[in-house]
Formats: sequence, C-alpha cells, structure tokens
Amino acid sequence: MSNTSKQSGSLRRYVLTRIALAVPMVLILLILVFVMMRVAPGDPISASQGGKLNATELAARRHAAGFDAPLYQQFWDYLKSVVTLNFGTTFSDRRSVRDIIIENGGATLTLTAGALVFATVIGIPVGLLAGRYRDRPVDVIARLASTISYAAPVFVTAPLLTLAFGSTSGQASPLTQLNVPTQTHILILDAALDGDWGAVNDILQHLLLPSIALGLLIVGVFIRMIRINLIQSLQGDYIEAARARGVKERHVVARHGFRNALVPVITVLGLQVAMLLGGAVLTEKYFNWPGIGRQLIDYINQRDYVAVQGIVTVFALVVVVISLLIDFVNALIDPRVRY
Amino acid sequence: MTEPVLSVRDLRVWYGTDRGPVRAVDGVTFDVRPGETLGLVGESGCGKSTLGRGVLGLTPPAAAVDGEVVLRSPGGAGRNLVGLPAKEIQRLRGPELGLIFQEPMTRLNPLMRISQHFEEALRAHHKGLPKQEIKARALAALRGMGIPESRYGSYPHEFSGGMRQRIMIALALVLRPAFIVADEPTTALDVLVEAQIIKILADLRKNFDTSLVLITHNLGIVAEACDRVAVMYAGHIVEQGDAREVFANPQHPYTRELLRSTISLSTTGLHFIPGSPPDLVEPPQGCRFHPRCPVAMRGCATVEPPEVVLPTGVVSACWQQAIEADPALADELGPGGREPLAAVKEISVADEA
Repeated sequence: MSNTSKQSGSLRRYVLTRIALAVPMVLILLILVFVMMRVAPGDPISASQGGKLNATELAARRHAAGFDAPLYQQFWDYLKSVVTLNFGTTFSDRRSVRDIIIENGGATLTLTAGALVFATVIGIPVGLLAGRYRDRPVDVIARLASTISYAAPVFVTAPLLTLAFGSTSGQASPLTQLNVPTQTHILILDAALDGDWGAVNDILQHLLLPSIALGLLIVGVFIRMIRINLIQSLQGDYIEAARARGVKERHVVARHGFRNALVPVITVLGLQVAMLLGGAVLTEKYFNWPGIGRQLIDYINQRDYVAVQGIVTVFALVVVVISLLIDFVNALIDPRVRY
Repeated sequence: MTEPVLSVRDLRVWYGTDRGPVRAVDGVTFDVRPGETLGLVGESGCGKSTLGRGVLGLTPPAAAVDGEVVLRSPGGAGRNLVGLPAKEIQRLRGPELGLIFQEPMTRLNPLMRISQHFEEALRAHHKGLPKQEIKARALAALRGMGIPESRYGSYPHEFSGGMRQRIMIALALVLRPAFIVADEPTTALDVLVEAQIIKILADLRKNFDTSLVLITHNLGIVAEACDRVAVMYAGHIVEQGDAREVFANPQHPYTRELLRSTISLSTTGLHFIPGSPPDLVEPPQGCRFHPRCPVAMRGCATVEPPEVVLPTGVVSACWQQAIEADPALADELGPGGREPLAAVKEISVADEA
C-alpha cells in the first residue's frame, strides 16, 4: 500500500519520531529524579549515623561516600550508571540496584500484570455493558461501583479485602518457603518451567488478593472510559450510515461501536500503568509481596540516595517504554496516527 | 401510469421531549414512481430530514412513527414498512432503500478501509458472496463515481469531502436499491463538487431507473434535477406537483415567499419571510403558516386548510386556492373568516425591532 503511506505519512517514520522524542523526555525525568532526592532534607549518612557521630566524622563519611562532590559531578556519575544499566550500588547494604531489579522485579511484574488482567477482564465487559445499556440498572450500578473503586486507595481496599477473603487466600504459608529453581527470577514462571503446578497454584492464590486490591485502583477508570467512549461512538455518524446500509445491529455495535470506543482507552492504559507502579509500592508493603516497591519503601526510610534514585529511575523508564509501546499499538490500530 | 415504488400515506413522526411531543412530521402524503426524482424543500427544522429517516425506519428509539410507508418491489406486492420488525427493515435497508447523508466527512468509519466498508455492506445482504465478486462489484461502483481502483485499500481520512461523498454514493449504489433518499447530499461541499454530485444523481435515474427523494433547501438544485417537488413547512407538505409548474406558478403563499427569497443575478434587494418556523411542540392552530403569511385571512388562524388538487395537477394546502376552487368551502371559515388577518403586520414589525 505504498500509495496509502505516501499520503498519510509512514508508520516507520512515526515510530522513529516517537523514539527520538522519548530521549529528551527521559533526560528531563532523570534530572527530576536526581534533584528530588537532593532537595529533600537529610542524607544517608545523617539518617543512619546522625546523633551517633560528631560533625567532623559525619563530614568524613560524607566525603568517603562522595556526597560532598559538586552536584554536576554526582549527576554525571548518576547518568553513567543509568547508561550502563547498572544504576549504582546501594549505600545501606552494598547491593547493586541492578540486582535488586532482577531479583525483586519479577514479583512486581507479576503483581502489576495480575492487576492489569483483573482490570481488563472486569473493566472492558462492564464498561461496554454500561455504555450499551446506558441509564439502565446495569449502567447505574457500574457507574457507582467504578466511582467507589476509583476513590478508594489501596490502604483502604487491601485491609477490607483481607478481612473479607483473607482466610481463604492462603496467607498463612509464606511464599518464600517454596523451593523452586531460579531461572527467570519470575517465581510463577520458574515454577511453571519446573513443572511444579502445585507451586503455580500456590502463587496464584497468593497473587489473587493483591492483584484485586491493585486492580481496583484502575478498574474504575477503565469502566468509565470505555462506557463514555462507547456512548460517543454509538452516536457517531458512521454508525447511522452503517445502519442505513442494513448492517446487522450486532455488527454495527461490535465492529463500529466497540472497536472505535477502545482506541482512546488504549491511550489511557499507558497512564494507568504508571498509576499501577505507584500503587504497587503500597500493595507490596501491605501484602508483604517481595517486589521492588517494598524494597523502595525500606530504602526511602534509610535515605539511601542511590537505591531510591536507581529504583525510581527504573520505574520511570518502564513508564516511558510502556507509553512508547502504547503509541505504537495506537498507530497500528488507527491509520490517522502518523507523521 | 406505472405504480409508485414508494407510497407514503399520512406519515407522522413525533419525538418525545420534556415539553411534550415534537411533531416533526405530521401527516405527510406523497408518491415516488420508478425513475422519478422528488425534491423535498423547506426551511431548516421543518421536518425534511426526519421524513427521510422515517421512510427508512431510522428514527431514534424515542420517536413514534405512525401512518403508512408502502414499498413495492418491481412485480411484487406492496409492503408497509411502518411497524415492521427491526430485523426485516434492516434487511431492506441497502438492497431496497438507500440513504445518502448530508455530511460525508464523518459518515465513514475512520478505522476501516474503503474496501472493508464495501465488504461489510455486500456481506450483510449477500451471504457467502466470494471475495473476488465483492471486489469486482465494489470497484465497478467506485469507478462509476470516478474513484480510481488504486484507492480501494485507502482509509477515509485520505480522501477529500467530495470524494468521500462519491464513496458514500458508491456504497449505497453497490447494493442497487430501487429507491434512494439523498438528504442534502451537497450542503457540505463546494459548488463545483455540488454540480458533480447532482450530475451523478441525475445519471443514476437515467441508467438504473432509480427513484430518488432529494432533500435540499437549495431551490436551484430542485429546478435542475427534480421532476416533482414537495414543499414542506412545519411538518406538513403545503404544496406538491410538477417541479416546473410549481416554480413557474407557485400557488401556496409559503412557496411564493420561499421563491422570492432566493438570490439570483437579478436580485436587487434581499427578501425574507418575517418571523421564524413555528415551535413544533405547540404548532399554530389552523394553517401553520398563517402567522407569517402575507395573505392570511381570519379563518386561517382557526381552521386547517384542505388539500386542493388544482387543474395543473399541483396539490396545495391553502384556503385561498381552496375557496377559489370551490367557493362553498368559504362557509367553513365561519362569519368574517375571509377578512384579512391584521396581526401579520405587527409580528413582522416586532420581529424587525
């Protein structure tokens, strides 16, 4: 279809431009992360040793850790650590941030994926139903439920969920007792690769409540977005035109209504992933889920610059990469999204 | 004379609103014969588009439709479309009844290729039609509209407004309907494209004997492209007949005022009809045009005028012609009913203020 692409810009050009535009975005992100840590009062030395050592000794330790170096020097080191995907070594327990990501990233990935699956499986059908049967009981209930789920933070939904279902979710046996050979650092994948389906089942049971708690954070937005987009697209002129050609109502709704309604939702999905990562921190802390988020909270309490900086950087990069991917998917679906 | 393809009898389309029903179409009767083009003219908001949709059963769920819309397939018996189950009228839309819309820019699904639009339309009515056959028929229809084959796989946003309207027409024609409603098909387009589209519609009738209801507020198009014309005012057809006859010799005061308001090179001053079309929730009593009519009589404000068939075949719904045709009818207006209605002047003065 060379003819087509000539007229509306090519997909390849769109993808390349998007990637090029991501570079300054990442740079700004890195600066923000770096500055944010430094403007907050306190540093790792004073947090761990403050009150125990006198001023000169504190200064000596600071010097040894490089915290008295000029900011541009520190920023340069930070940039180097990002480019080499090393992200520095934590100050408090001398671990490489890369190791933390590798060892704990799998758990966070599993949790966010679980939440996303929950939000999609519940959100898309409920949103479509609510939009299709606007102002009917199903719509009213869906609207109410989505507002509540959107408004309730993880630290409210998580305890409520444990109160209601905690006893059946196998909280009693910690996951760490599972004996699964490590291959991918994603526990559930490792268990599946090992053929240990009992372990997979165990992990899924552990995953259920945290996934729902985290998924509830975004499912409300899903439902409302899909609902309003479906209502709008069902009022579209091309819907009436399709009806005028005698297209079956079922096809009109599915092919012209649903499909067109889901396009804007994909865009929102990117933003929701960022929200999920933020929510994951709280969820992991509450459910004692061995992910990066739980680690992050510990490091924040210790004012561990390098660790927090490294983990937040990884989170930020993940969000950038996902929003890039979302842009590509969007361009694949909607032919008007081109440069 | 051949039997009409479409006979509309006393069609009413009312929309429910908080204030009460809007009588958008209120007792409309007309026929369209094979190969005939009927122009439907009137001001904005007089019910033209609602009438077009009412014929195809495309009124929104909140609308009530009453009356008769009888569709006759060639050689077949007539079938009343009003009250037909949704599934059955859906099957008729496309192969029997076509609709061409006012604004072509938004009528194609932006996510679907032109080819997919054709595939969908043809598959909806011809199950199991082979892909080659679909493509051949679609390309033939597009070629007829001057759209090159190479654009078959393009997306809607890659076409201009005029091209999109031609694609919409091709999409309607590919199913070969015997009857098409064209709802202001050229309003959103520039004059050159307008002439092109009008020519396409005229050719259609020549080549396929397609019947057409052409909804427009452009009287020039009616004079050029229509055999007959129906003038609508406030949900009623006030005058209908042979297009030349109506233009040369307009009978109903509303038609006269409408024709006087058109602009041409010989226009020296702009004429307009004072006031605005009435509220269709509470339409005026009697003749609906009486508050704006320059020749209204007192009786016009109370008694609805009968339809009178004039010697030329033109049908007009006005007391002036009714009394001229049959002076005995004057009694229905009651004593003093033929006195001029003085209120008219005041309305127009108040309107200008």
